Amino acid sequence: MDMSFTPEQIAFRQEVREWIQSAMPKDLRAKADVDGNFDNAEVMQWHKVLAKKGWVAPHWPEQFGGPGWDATKRFIFSEEIELSGAPALSPFGLAMVGPLIMQFGSDWQKERFLPKILAGEEVWCQGYSEPNAGSDLASLATSATQDGDHYILNGQKTWTTYAQYADWIFVLARTNPDVKKQAGISFFLVDMKSDGVTAKPFLTTGNTPAFCETWFENVRVPAKQLVGEPNMGWTYAKALLGHERTLVAAVGISTRAILRIKRIAAETSEAGRSLLDHPGFRAKIARLEMKLESLRMANYRALASAQLGHAPGPEASILKLRGTEIQQECFDLMMEVMGENSLAWFNEPGVIPPRQQWVASTFNYVRAASIYAGSNEIQKNIIAKLILGLPTK
Amino acid sequence: MNFDLTEDQQLLVKTVQKFCKTESPVERVRKMRDVERGWTPETWAKIGELGWLMVAFPEDAGGLGGSMVDAGLILEQLGKSLVPEPYIASVALGGMAIAKAGSPEQIEQFLAPMLAGETSLALAYSESGARFNPHCIATKAEKTADGYSITGDKTFVLNGHAADRLVVAARTSGEVGDEKGIGLFIVDPAASGVTVQRVTCMDSQNVANIRFEGAKVSGGQVLGEPDGAGPLLDYLVDCGAAATCAEGAGAMQAALAMTREYLVEREQFGTKIGTFQALQHRCVDMFVETELAKGTALMAMIKLDDPDPNERRRAVSAAKWQLAKGGGYVGRQATQLHGGIGVTDEHDIGLYFKRLHILGTLFGDEEYHVRRYMNLPGFVSNVA
Repeated sequence: MDMSFTPEQIAFRQEVREWIQSAMPKDLRAKADVDGNFDNAEVMQWHKVLAKKGWVAPHWPEQFGGPGWDATKRFIFSEEIELSGAPALSPFGLAMVGPLIMQFGSDWQKERFLPKILAGEEVWCQGYSEPNAGSDLASLATSATQDGDHYILNGQKTWTTYAQYADWIFVLARTNPDVKKQAGISFFLVDMKSDGVTAKPFLTTGNTPAFCETWFENVRVPAKQLVGEPNMGWTYAKALLGHERTLVAAVGISTRAILRIKRIAAETSEAGRSLLDHPGFRAKIARLEMKLESLRMANYRALASAQLGHAPGPEASILKLRGTEIQQECFDLMMEVMGENSLAWFNEPGVIPPRQQWVASTFNYVRAASIYAGSNEIQKNIIAKLILGLPTK
Repeated sequence: MNFDLTEDQQLLVKTVQKFCKTESPVERVRKMRDVERGWTPETWAKIGELGWLMVAFPEDAGGLGGSMVDAGLILEQLGKSLVPEPYIASVALGGMAIAKAGSPEQIEQFLAPMLAGETSLALAYSESGARFNPHCIATKAEKTADGYSITGDKTFVLNGHAADRLVVAARTSGEVGDEKGIGLFIVDPAASGVTVQRVTCMDSQNVANIRFEGAKVSGGQVLGEPDGAGPLLDYLVDCGAAATCAEGAGAMQAALAMTREYLVEREQFGTKIGTFQALQHRCVDMFVETELAKGTALMAMIKLDDPDPNERRRAVSAAKWQLAKGGGYVGRQATQLHGGIGVTDEHDIGLYFKRLHILGTLFGDEEYHVRRYMNLPGFVSNVA
């Protein structure tokens, strides 16, 4: 029984930490130091810095340009990136369509797409959800009908994150309407510049243009851009869900958020006394930190198990669920500590201290954490069925 | 990082599981609650024969050279069927005190018989008004010609009603609350000047209030330095806390499993109630708390012997917080999901509800550990 990192792993952590310090461009560093949020251009700027170092895709096999790290090194790297306040990279190419192409794609698809994802030369977005297919994703209505060596795509996707900046979109579309809904879906790679594709951004409650609605009107997609076999898209998409489960708890993000709460508490006073010295607030912060420590330990158990090559144990299933709850609670408490300053809308320079400027936006946007990638209620349905074996009928 | 059990540990866990099933299933709690002692020397002797009382101690103290992690594995299984024998009091508290501070003679005389399951021990430290703080000790140990004379009142001494020997924390100097000036003394509860009053607890695992009125102890009964046991006492109470976390994780697993069974069997409105999403999600919330508690119990055991005592305190407080809060939740929701039957004395789920409250409260409740945690120096170390 051992919960320590090896000297080699500790040295690796130090190496990563020092590299981030030296490699992060000055303007990004200035923003990270006050826990600012990054826009798409800044995210891609950071993507390219990491790509140049060869660290942009920690989980990719070496043959596709990954650094060849084991599960623990990937965890350490991810945690250090999160702790540094650096921009979070877009997951759609690196974490989603990239690994999916590696596993199920053709040689042409691998050669055509993977290097450009790695280099940050092509940005991807995700065409899964539709206005009437959210948690019940399999009931999606976007259709793809074969026409010679093309498919004709028609339909509407939504929550297509940063589609306005994307070069490509991966799309789940129905190729067979006459079978069980999960069995008639295919997985397509679609050029956003194709005729008939329209992406229209809309604001989130956090006032960020993170999402788009994306329409497909008789879009011609070459058949070689269908991944794997027709009607297997649902199976492929599901296979991807189990990837990198040891990182979904985002303990680095919440660790930094709690430090941010403490720093804001330290710079906030009530009748001359710092809130960090206020027993009531201090106890609230302590409770949240202990909650995070219990998640960190569950994460360590899942990580050690993955490192030893075991299948994920029951502890892995709770990581996303509890991790997103904690992320939200961090911002709830941050707003509470800010008091009247939490009333100001975000990025009001000179009105509230720099460290507090971005909190209100994230307080709003972090609501999405328990909704995307399978809402927490869906996560609970899955645990109830698959782990607890509770009956469905 | 590796949390896999070794082959020996796997075997240990299997053996304890089997023992609990045959020797002490949860039904036994009902018989034991009518017995004054609350447990039986016969079962204790069997536990001793199996070597489970030795696992946490070094070989030079007569142990098997394991650690509290191994004791935790045993406790987790004992917790599943609420085995009432005084494992925590004898191993994590009294036994650990003697192993850590005792002379070879004291170890031979007082620890060895406990390791064999022939005797049981208790640590008498808590006093009225201390509310979990181990250094709030007013009981006095006054120097006499050939030893000490102890005077004071101890409350809620785990296994204090049945222990063959008490390890008593008493003050040789200083003020209530001081870490310095505390000594540990091995006392025979049958000695003159000692009055043991059994107190029945909610979970039927009994404790005692013990009055010392000039109880005499010889020099040979002093454990370590008579004024320097404060840090050890702090460690022992953390040992006890970590032990409750392990046992509690077991009790939570059992309460969850029992509730899950009920949801799968019970029918209402013409269907299994386990099909109802509201109940499913509640059961998942119980599962989440249980998985977290399993991990934090392990963390507490691993960190018990960390060279930095604050690292130990941090881990133990976080684990105890998870047990108090998560165990409390599981106990309450297990009762709720059982419906009316859950509040009958006849159903076993109530036994878990009770035990989880006791475990959550012993050695510091939620509030106490929040305050201890938030006042550790590391809590604000990197804020500036």
